[in-house]
Amino acid sequence: MTNAITAEGLVKRYGDMTALAGVDLEVPAGKVIGVLGPNGAGKTTMVRILGTLLRPDAGRATVYGHDVVKDPVRVRRLIGLTGQYASVDETLTGTENLILLGRLLNLTKRQAKARAGELLERFELTEAATRPIATFSGGMRRRLDLAASLVGSPKVLYLDEPTTGLDPHTRNELWQVVRDLVAGGATVLLTTQYLEEADQLADRITVIDKGRVVAEGRPGELKRRIGGQILQVRPTLPSDIDAVAGILAELTGHTPQRDENTGVLSVPAADQLLVSALVRRLDGAAIAADELGLRLPSLDEVFLALTNVTERKVA
Amino acid sequence: MSTQTIDTPVTSHHLPTAPLRLGLVQGVRHSLALAGRNVTKFVRSPISVVDVVLTPVISLLMFVYLFGGAIAGGDTDGYIQMIVPGVMVMAVFQASIGIGVSLTTDASTGVFDRFRSMPIGRSVPLVGAVLADVVRYVICLATLLILAYIMGYRIDTNPIAALAAVAFLVGFALSFAWMSVFLGMLVKTPTTVQGLMTIVVLPLTFASNVFVPTQTMPGWLQAWSSVNPVSLVADVSRGLLNGGDVAGPALGSLAWMAGMIVVFFPLAMRAYRRNNG
Repeated sequence: MTNAITAEGLVKRYGDMTALAGVDLEVPAGKVIGVLGPNGAGKTTMVRILGTLLRPDAGRATVYGHDVVKDPVRVRRLIGLTGQYASVDETLTGTENLILLGRLLNLTKRQAKARAGELLERFELTEAATRPIATFSGGMRRRLDLAASLVGSPKVLYLDEPTTGLDPHTRNELWQVVRDLVAGGATVLLTTQYLEEADQLADRITVIDKGRVVAEGRPGELKRRIGGQILQVRPTLPSDIDAVAGILAELTGHTPQRDENTGVLSVPAADQLLVSALVRRLDGAAIAADELGLRLPSLDEVFLALTNVTERKVA
Repeated sequence: MSTQTIDTPVTSHHLPTAPLRLGLVQGVRHSLALAGRNVTKFVRSPISVVDVVLTPVISLLMFVYLFGGAIAGGDTDGYIQMIVPGVMVMAVFQASIGIGVSLTTDASTGVFDRFRSMPIGRSVPLVGAVLADVVRYVICLATLLILAYIMGYRIDTNPIAALAAVAFLVGFALSFAWMSVFLGMLVKTPTTVQGLMTIVVLPLTFASNVFVPTQTMPGWLQAWSSVNPVSLVADVSRGLLNGGDVAGPALGSLAWMAGMIVVFFPLAMRAYRRNNG
């Protein structure tokens, strides 16, 4: 299978700070790869290198075989880039922004206009087409930004945290757009802080942390490694906390984590039936709980599970 | 460095083909497309109108009516003939500062990232911005000429010479704009660019023959004034509008203009490339 994107040992340093400490990546053509990581993990740096905006200090990256450093023009002909910050012109209208980009991509005036109209319609921005971007809502801007990176029908699309700060409705819309693009044959590299987003869209997920790849695999594989859901209990009386911890350890075989401030105990729950078992045991021991339930692991817990780092500061 | 507008080709056995380079014709077309964008932005932003219209109008009124009497000993009619071509130089020079400020603003948004990730020449966004400034300069000069006419100024030569004067001044502003572009790429905040450029512009315009005859200056200042680009361009402007020698000062001015481009264009490109590197 052809690789649309490859990276070998990418390193980028800013003074003493190492943003990327040797990242490898292979993205087969026509697939969606999710790059998952917390703030400051190096996701944006990676996208900027793959997008020819930044030169790596070491390592090599290619897009359809073209080196991003040695042959940036060929790479730029293949890629579309949507960053975290809207890269459209505030004082221009939606139509004007897209026509300008079309002209820069060597479309004729008529072609550029037609392409702009097409994209505005697809992103449901037709009504706002003649308004300056400054009057757009956050979601509209993001949609226009995505439209802007699609003017040249790129074969490879980089989406750097495309849904950060968006409401759930707009987020779902964007997800649908990504699915449509992939159905049309594009390769997508998507960075995100949300496991759910990577899970929804990506064929494969690369987890990076502190500039390194800490895990790589299909979403299902990674989820199994993380261990599924988490059972969380808060006894009504703080004095019951030891007794409850004992019951949890007995039921799951794991020592529960304690949050001394909130009095909450949490433990990985592989089995869905655990909740009813726990309720019966608490009932039997006459212990009341204010809070009891299953939840998905937070990103920090995901990283704890993947990196096995016991002391990690919560960002 | 000036030849490296696009990354130098590197022969590599990894690649079946040589790196793709972009053509000049394409570059010009792209620059014009971006210049169009900048003109639209300029037209929609009322502040830039104040910048290029109000400032020169105030200076002209101030120098003719406030200082003119004292400098020219009451002969404001004669003084206005001398000062209008010079104020045009000063005004267009000050207008050329604006570009660095607006480029800094562009660079702080994601707009430049978008351009940088597209298959267009590296210099295109900067060249496009500078070309768009022609419109600002023409508006600035036209405003001054109209106001000066109302105040009693008369062009002594002919319309073609006057057009040549405007063209020469636009060329002057375009080449000196690269200094502002360079600062705009180097410095992160627009106000810093404004401040730094004012430091450059003020001594250049006041230590020149624009407002006062140089005979009253001390020798060292006279020496500077005679090679000061603002004096030289003001001489050209006076020659073309009022009559007199043009060839001598034009040669000196063109040398300055070429020098500014040779020095600041590559520097600006370098700073632009490094901006996010």
